[in-house]
Amino acid sequence: MDTAATEARKITAAADSRSDIAAGREYLTFTLGAEEYGVDILKVQEIRGYDAVTRIPDAPDFIKGVINLRGTIVPVVDMRLKFKLGKAEYNEFTVMIILNIARRVVGMVVDGVSDVLQLTAEQIRPAPEFGGAVNTRYITGLGALDQRMLILVDIEKLMSGADMALMDAQAQSLQ
Amino acid sequence: MSMDLSRFHQTFFEESFEGLDSMEAALLRLDPADVDAETINTIFRAAHSIKGGGGTFGFTAVSAFTHLLETLLDQMRSGRRAVVPELVNLLLRSVDAVRELLQAARDGRAANLELIAGHQLALEQALAGPATPAVPTVVVAAGGEPAVAAPNRGWRIRFAPHPGLFRSGNDPLRILRELSGLGQLRSEVELPAPLKLSATVAEESHARWQLELISGASEAEVREAFAWVEDDCELEITALAPVAEARPALTLIQGGRAEAPVAAASAPRWTGPERRGGNEATGSIRVPTDKIDVLINLVGELVITQAMLAQTGAQLDPVANERLLTALAQLDRNTRSLQESVMGIRMLPMDFVFSRFPRMIHDLAGKLGKQVRLETQGADTELDKSVIEKIADPLTHLVRNALDHGIETPEQRRAAGKPEEGVITLAASHRGGNIIIEIVDDGRGLDRERILAKARSQGLEAADTLSDAEVWQLIFAPGFSTAEVITDVSGRGVGMDVVKKNILALNGQVELASQLGRGMRITIRLPLTLAILDGMSIAVGNEVFIVPLAAVVESLQARPDDVKTIGHSSRVVRVRNELVPLIDLHELVRLPGGAVGEHNLCILIESEGRKLALGVDELLGQQQVVVKSLESNYRRVPYMSGATILGDGRVALILDAAELVRRTQPAIAA
Repeated sequence: MDTAATEARKITAAADSRSDIAAGREYLTFTLGAEEYGVDILKVQEIRGYDAVTRIPDAPDFIKGVINLRGTIVPVVDMRLKFKLGKAEYNEFTVMIILNIARRVVGMVVDGVSDVLQLTAEQIRPAPEFGGAVNTRYITGLGALDQRMLILVDIEKLMSGADMALMDAQAQSLQ
Repeated sequence: MSMDLSRFHQTFFEESFEGLDSMEAALLRLDPADVDAETINTIFRAAHSIKGGGGTFGFTAVSAFTHLLETLLDQMRSGRRAVVPELVNLLLRSVDAVRELLQAARDGRAANLELIAGHQLALEQALAGPATPAVPTVVVAAGGEPAVAAPNRGWRIRFAPHPGLFRSGNDPLRILRELSGLGQLRSEVELPAPLKLSATVAEESHARWQLELISGASEAEVREAFAWVEDDCELEITALAPVAEARPALTLIQGGRAEAPVAAASAPRWTGPERRGGNEATGSIRVPTDKIDVLINLVGELVITQAMLAQTGAQLDPVANERLLTALAQLDRNTRSLQESVMGIRMLPMDFVFSRFPRMIHDLAGKLGKQVRLETQGADTELDKSVIEKIADPLTHLVRNALDHGIETPEQRRAAGKPEEGVITLAASHRGGNIIIEIVDDGRGLDRERILAKARSQGLEAADTLSDAEVWQLIFAPGFSTAEVITDVSGRGVGMDVVKKNILALNGQVELASQLGRGMRITIRLPLTLAILDGMSIAVGNEVFIVPLAAVVESLQARPDDVKTIGHSSRVVRVRNELVPLIDLHELVRLPGGAVGEHNLCILIESEGRKLALGVDELLGQQQVVVKSLESNYRRVPYMSGATILGDGRVALILDAAELVRRTQPAIAA
């Protein structure tokens, strides 16, 4: 857990130092199985190690439960279980991305957090008709960077979707 | 020079709405038979500030309308126009019109011009009408021509500016200079007793003055000097007695007057000659609620951190770590008092709700042709802001009901040998960890037979053997109304069920007591705050849950032969002579770990008169927990009312006793 947290701090620090660069948008990249994904860095609140999670009755298996994030109750989603990618192991390297979306805070467990990247408009290509594990509805484009291919996800839309079971129907209709 | 004034708008609106509230309250206090000059002055001052603010910020409609209002009030306070009930009603309606104008200006929408124009016309007509001078007994209000002028030697002036005086750009010295131009001035400065420089903001004015002006100037001339600060100070001007006692010219009494009854703790708060509206005198500041919520959250975290430290500390060797442990004990005390004070910030007096009723009753009673007096008790009783906000609507409904259905018309009352004027009493008090709010009327009370008949006609089950209390509960059934005539006030049968639902949602209870022909008493019992709950922590498998202590009847170790299975899977447990449905929490929350049905430790909970036994693994203890919402970041979880954070930083879910009982009962009965 310590290792993950240290790594997380480095990445967050890197993000801070680059936020001055005006051109293009910045993405936090993470891996799920063999695929690499990118989310808008502005939606990311922090990165933490996986910690004591309290299970919630009657919740889908990919909702691991809730954690105490400095006094706030925050639900945690394991994307590996949700998209059936990678092995859902929980050890000191397990990383959780805390997202701030639609005025809510959600924790997301992924295989690993890799980088903060800046992509210009030219580097982003339209989303393909068929993609990886994530429904194409939630994919805003593909980012090409050297040899790497990033799947850019509209994380706000994805997390607010009905199949994530994170919000009441009422809250969803408000979005 | 142009300045962006829009950032002041919010304050202007807040202050203006408060001003309107105090105008309304003062208007209702105004008794045409015995006009109190100060009351009219209060109304005038509020109107004046709104007019001034409206002009400054460019809300011309507001200032134009208020100007008419002010003119009328000025005639009233100078005694040129008598205070008659019609005029008071016109003023009350004008207050509504100003409120509408202000709301429209605040929300950036168009005001209801028809309404405003109507009121404006009425005001103009009233102004154009012959001014009927008040009867001579009316005390000439301050600001008018002095009643006694000539034989006067001078004036004694008590001038106590509010701390915020400097902020409005005023300088007491300028006033003193102006006064000394009128004649010979003696002044004496008093400073609040323990004036600590470290705790004092330099921009605040803490001094107050006792002045003696030897001059032939009229009171109006003296008052003129204070014209700019009238709203920012407490001012008392009295004529000097022919022989004034000798006083030193200028005495600065540092820390003096400590022996005077001015309590040291409340130093900046003088008891002025006049009672002004609440926050003017107490010196309050406006803080957005979310800032307070952040503070409460932070303190909650601090409490948890402190608990973690205490747990770690308990494992240390007391001898070797004596100093650390003493410091931890100190931390414990400090955190607790900090928590209490912070929770106290959210507390508001019941007056917050009660103050809306005089106006409502005034209007409604007029409309219904009834005579009603409202009495309030315990308006200072404090309650959590969120609870107060949620109880306001149910209370309004109950008061409206009491007026509409409870209190009879004057003729009916006379026929029943009661005074023509009915009384509705609102009382609030603390009892234990609860607040009790009572709504009492001396009207006709509930009619048992009529309620039963009505219930049956609506297809409700109602046996003649029901106890009175059970009959009264029928009026909380959805769609129930016994009113003979549906008025536009109440009686459509929506309401009482909503009232009850709202109160239950606040973890409260509502009870009725009634005597036919004598009146009715509604008692509402509410927890002081929604933020803290007394809970019993229980373990199921590896998880900890909190059961609200209020719902727990007892915990028991059931013997195997006390547990019976009914049908397929429904089980009951015999508790003394009662069979209570038994639900295993494991089964209910469907969590991995732990076997179902192997333990026989039960917690008996009760809600809405029904009981349920919960099978649990272990009882961990009782504790106060801070309730946190699950919905703010997640969604509603079945059978859970919220979550809390335990001493070790983990999250525990709080069981919803009402929902548990409600959702599990029918399945077992079937």
